[in-house]
Amino acid sequence: MIIGNLPFLTVGILFLIGLLAILREKNMIKIAIGITIIESAVNMFLIVLGYRLGGDIPVHFLKGEVDAMVLPTPQALTLTAIVIALATSALMLSVIMLLFKHYGTLNVDEIRRLRG
Amino acid sequence: MNWQAHLPALLLAVPLLGAFATPLFSLGGKTLRNAWFIVVSTFVFLIALALWHEVSVSGILVYVMGGENFALTLPSGMKYPVRIILEIDALSAFMVLAGSITSMAGAWFTLSYMDRFTGISRFISLYFLLTVGMLGMMVTGDLFNFFVFIEIASVASYGLVAFWRDKPQAVEASFKYMLLSQVAAMLVLLAVGFLYGKYNVLNMGALGSVMQMGLVEKFALAMLFSALALKCGAFPMYLWIPDAYAEAPASVSCLLVTVSQASLYGIFRVAFSVYGLSMTNSVVAWAMIVLGLLSMLIAVSMAVVQHEVKRLMSYHAISQTGYMLLGVGIGLLVLADPQALAEYGFTAIKGGVFHIFNHAMYKGLLFLTAGTLFYMTGTRDLNKMGGLIRKSPITATMFLIAAAAIAGLPPMNGYASKLLIYQSSFAIHPFITVVALVTSVLTLASFVKVFQTAFLGPEHKALVNAKKVPATMIIGMGMLTVAILLLTFFPTWALSNLVEPAAKALVDQAGYIAAIMGGAF
Repeated sequence: MIIGNLPFLTVGILFLIGLLAILREKNMIKIAIGITIIESAVNMFLIVLGYRLGGDIPVHFLKGEVDAMVLPTPQALTLTAIVIALATSALMLSVIMLLFKHYGTLNVDEIRRLRG
Repeated sequence: MNWQAHLPALLLAVPLLGAFATPLFSLGGKTLRNAWFIVVSTFVFLIALALWHEVSVSGILVYVMGGENFALTLPSGMKYPVRIILEIDALSAFMVLAGSITSMAGAWFTLSYMDRFTGISRFISLYFLLTVGMLGMMVTGDLFNFFVFIEIASVASYGLVAFWRDKPQAVEASFKYMLLSQVAAMLVLLAVGFLYGKYNVLNMGALGSVMQMGLVEKFALAMLFSALALKCGAFPMYLWIPDAYAEAPASVSCLLVTVSQASLYGIFRVAFSVYGLSMTNSVVAWAMIVLGLLSMLIAVSMAVVQHEVKRLMSYHAISQTGYMLLGVGIGLLVLADPQALAEYGFTAIKGGVFHIFNHAMYKGLLFLTAGTLFYMTGTRDLNKMGGLIRKSPITATMFLIAAAAIAGLPPMNGYASKLLIYQSSFAIHPFITVVALVTSVLTLASFVKVFQTAFLGPEHKALVNAKKVPATMIIGMGMLTVAILLLTFFPTWALSNLVEPAAKALVDQAGYIAAIMGGAF
């Protein structure tokens, strides 16, 4: 039981680490890393959901002797989510680059021109 | 199979083609590119109109992506749908109509507003992608697909908010929005994973048919609700809205209003069609009512003190979202009680839903007039404006129409929808009505201030050579003005043909499920 739930525990811990990084860190690059950690946690959650113990690849004519297959849908979802995460990470890093050019710092506390 | 059956797919395919073909057309020069921009957005509007007509004639439309038969949701004896299905009921069609009108008006406005800047072909591509994301959120019947469209809309809007990337504030607003929005999107994906792990389906209708409230479902609902409330800018998580709306170019702010309402539509869809009657207590309904009240009151009191015209309007956007949450929340509260639903709950839902359309029109128009003021004067600070009614009486008139509508002055369309909410919220508690009325009064006060400082009074010295307003900007604003006036002069027609079918579709969970699952449910 405990061993079976370990992956979910890992997902939870990863998610919290990412959230903590977003809330606590001052460096924008570290915040971006926090977001990618959250994205990885969610992707891992989807993959773990679809895993069946002893299951083989979900392709009918490529699987071996075993009868159980892992669920293909979460893998398809994860692929889509990874592509989206890649796009947003790239965009986020380029926005951070622009911010660094404008303000000359990566500290979020010093980037406060918008108020009220 | 007639051609109308393909309207749902066309609605998404046409703006997608528009987005990716824009760089090609911009090789042919400015005129060709602008013509392409206008033609595609007009075409999207026509498709939305045809779709709305088709839905109001023949009921819920489904479209199976990649299936051998586009109308067959359960192929070869399957128990649950496996493909991505677009499902358009009257509420989706209603939202799509509002979204396509603002998108078209923004497109006309963009032509001369953005004319002095470079990189417009990229702007147009992103604008179309934002339109696709918004329309996709409104028509999809699949939870994961909903997440994908949220991300399409989000990524496009990050780019558009930071479009003037030489302005530090714009990049900063984009970064702020990105942080919050990415966390929200991941919460949506996590909730989708929870529901998929429990039920092995992703389709909203199929989920609705097997939903039984338990711990996992409550977790998923909490995550979906908080994430989508953040995306639509309800009370505790609204801080990104004033920054993003104010720093984006005006036509983008006009479209972003409707994009936020697509998230609001997501809340309603999840609460009514996926969970619906299986919700055993009224926590979500009360959360919607309380968040609605708080957003209304707090945002409007912050708006009153603003002197930057677009920030002021953004705070009003938050407070108007509160009205929609309040109206539909009251309906959700009494969903299980047929008598109360008939007496006042349905009226509240009608008010909330009607307010979505009204808000899309008048808030879009207000943002466009704010953009016009910026175009004429080069500033967004109200203290540096004055006497602009002499420079552009037509802008002043349109601003006055929109301001009267948002303040809920009779006989404007904003009055019609607010009246429905006042009437029905009174049945829950008079205090709610008082808060709604106070918000309305404060809204009126703040727009009187804007009109007085920007348009009336002596001409400001710095504004002697304020620019003339180009014709295409007036056309863009004119479209929304015409929509407001039509809703104002024919409220009965709008209520019985536009709003009532949409509100009915929202309440009718069995009908939404039956369109996917067939008669088996």
